[in-house]
Amino acid sequence: MRLVDAVKYRLPLAGVVSILHRASGAIMFGLLPLIIWLFDMSVTSEISFDVFKSAFVAGIGFVPGWLVKLLALALIWSFLHHFIAGVRHLWMDATHNVSKEFGRQSAVVTLVASGVLTVALGAKLFGLF
Amino acid sequence: MTVNYGSRRVVTGAHYGMRDWLSQRITAVLMALFTLVLLAQVLFGGPLGYDRWAGIFSAQWMKLLTFVVFISLGWHAWVGMRDIWMDYIKPAALRLVLQVATMVWLVGCMGWAVQVLWRL
Repeated sequence: MRLVDAVKYRLPLAGVVSILHRASGAIMFGLLPLIIWLFDMSVTSEISFDVFKSAFVAGIGFVPGWLVKLLALALIWSFLHHFIAGVRHLWMDATHNVSKEFGRQSAVVTLVASGVLTVALGAKLFGLF
Repeated sequence: MTVNYGSRRVVTGAHYGMRDWLSQRITAVLMALFTLVLLAQVLFGGPLGYDRWAGIFSAQWMKLLTFVVFISLGWHAWVGMRDIWMDYIKPAALRLVLQVATMVWLVGCMGWAVQVLWRL
């Protein structure tokens, strides 16, 4: 098979969820120090709590606040997608419900649910409501 | 087919699929339950400021649960990242370097997280 033939194949939605599950996991792995830093600042003291809050406005060092918000949004999406896609996996493991139709329907649910929640939390994060 | 025995054996493979498959799921369930427990505490109990947020993690049972979840996270991420390296990185030397870097990264992050947790 040549590459031009390969690109004609379209990834089914279950495949999209699968590759995004992997991508979201890799994003969280890469941003793990940011997660722990935010956790550190948020719980250690009232002074560090103010540092935590200002990170989303004034930024962290040379990283501007909007970029911190954007990274937080990436983490929010990654967590939601990884969580819902993971529950989908566990559900299929437990029930042996592995039909093609269930795979597609549950993939739609995963993409829509994680997308809607990300938009809602992102709007809150960026102060739209 | 990849030689999987003797002196030409692939040293960066897995060879123990069932155990990793199972540990991936057990750690996932633990983290999912932790998420629900934390979410319940955040959503119920009044306005969320520093005192209440730090108070959630200063309870001893929550500390132990969070500790277990950090370890689960490290283990879970190790299995997942190793899968990624095994799928895309074919040269054994590079894969070994990336796997070792992954371990160092994860153990370092877990150490930091535990330090933050236990000085509360």
